[in-house]
Amino acid sequence: MADTMQFDLVSPERNLASMQVASVQIPGADGQMTAMPNHAPVITTLRPGVLAVSGPEGDVSYAVTGGFAEINPEGLSVLAEKAIPLADAKAADLEPVVAAAKEAAATASAENRDMAELLLADLEELLQKMV
Amino acid sequence: MPNLKDLKNRIASVKSTRKITKAMQMVAAAKLRRAQEAAEASRPYTERFNAVLGGLAASVGTSDGAPLLLRGTGDDKVHLLVVMTSERGLCGGFNTNIVKLAKQHAQKLLAEGKSVKILTVGKKGREQMKRDFQSNLVAHVDLSEVKTLGYDNAKDIATDLLARFEAGEYDVATIFYSAFQSVISQIPTALQVIPASYDAPEGDAGGASADYDYEPDQDQILADLLPRGVATQIFAALLENGASEQGARMSAMDNATRNAGDMIDDLTVEFNRSRQAVITNELIEIISGAEAL
Repeated sequence: MADTMQFDLVSPERNLASMQVASVQIPGADGQMTAMPNHAPVITTLRPGVLAVSGPEGDVSYAVTGGFAEINPEGLSVLAEKAIPLADAKAADLEPVVAAAKEAAATASAENRDMAELLLADLEELLQKMV
Repeated sequence: MPNLKDLKNRIASVKSTRKITKAMQMVAAAKLRRAQEAAEASRPYTERFNAVLGGLAASVGTSDGAPLLLRGTGDDKVHLLVVMTSERGLCGGFNTNIVKLAKQHAQKLLAEGKSVKILTVGKKGREQMKRDFQSNLVAHVDLSEVKTLGYDNAKDIATDLLARFEAGEYDVATIFYSAFQSVISQIPTALQVIPASYDAPEGDAGGASADYDYEPDQDQILADLLPRGVATQIFAALLENGASEQGARMSAMDNATRNAGDMIDDLTVEFNRSRQAVITNELIEIISGAEAL
């Protein structure tokens, strides 16, 4: 069994990371999940949260705001709308996103309110982790 | 015959024009490189995104349960044309070509009895669309303050489009931009983004995507991804447009520089001739003056 897999982190603006890793913790829409080599193929959407990568070259964490991940036995690719290495992340980077989420939560219709508030809560939790 | 002083001034002014166009050409070349890099950097995301979305869309199909963004409202009465142009001029036929395509499209739709709404991105396109379609303009996105195009810009436009779609303001949205082929060739392109059409990935990739587990379920992922898909397509179009604009400007300024060079040569020849004529004249005057004595 292979002990590493290919990991790609792509944002619309650039390729953030492409390396061999041992495991990746993903903030999936239905909860945290960890992808390891030979994982069954899954496509999941992401919640705002921390993407924790651990591999032979050390551990890295990224703050992501949303997107989706495609996992297959050979590796996984994360397509994040916005991803910042947690070490460089500043609260200021996220403020516009949080502000937008707040507004959306305030104006959302009844059926969408839960989703919007969930998104906002996730974002605020992420913000907490960054400071 | 223009006098020597005038000619000299003309030459000096054309020379400074040439300096300006030359500088603009070099600036455009540098910006083009950056724009191309940005377009290249976004490609992996776009490709993967479309592959995943294509697989999903193919499995959901255009059945009644499919999201509106995919199957459309079932109508095509109201069309929204998103015309993307540059904020600055002096880039040859770049803006005109996009606007021409958009106008043709609009006229065709109007002739078919459909209503047309126009959203412009970039000042130059707005000015040109205003002439014929002032009453059809619904909104304008100003990017003149934006130094480097980011995904956020595309997302803002997409959010606006989606909000209008949900409000039932239009049935079909098409974006107009220029696809970057090379420095000398940019192709004005029309791309329908709502309802979107995604090609299913070819060959075994299509088979593989059917095996994926989906978390949450397929429909929810699709509902989550389709709006992002609109943003991704707009972002890709904006980047292509940026590269095209700089490419068009580069070749336009290259032409201008060359024309200025030719003009300087012609003017210099004329200047030398007139100077020669003046000298000859003076000589004749002196000689005839001496002979008269």
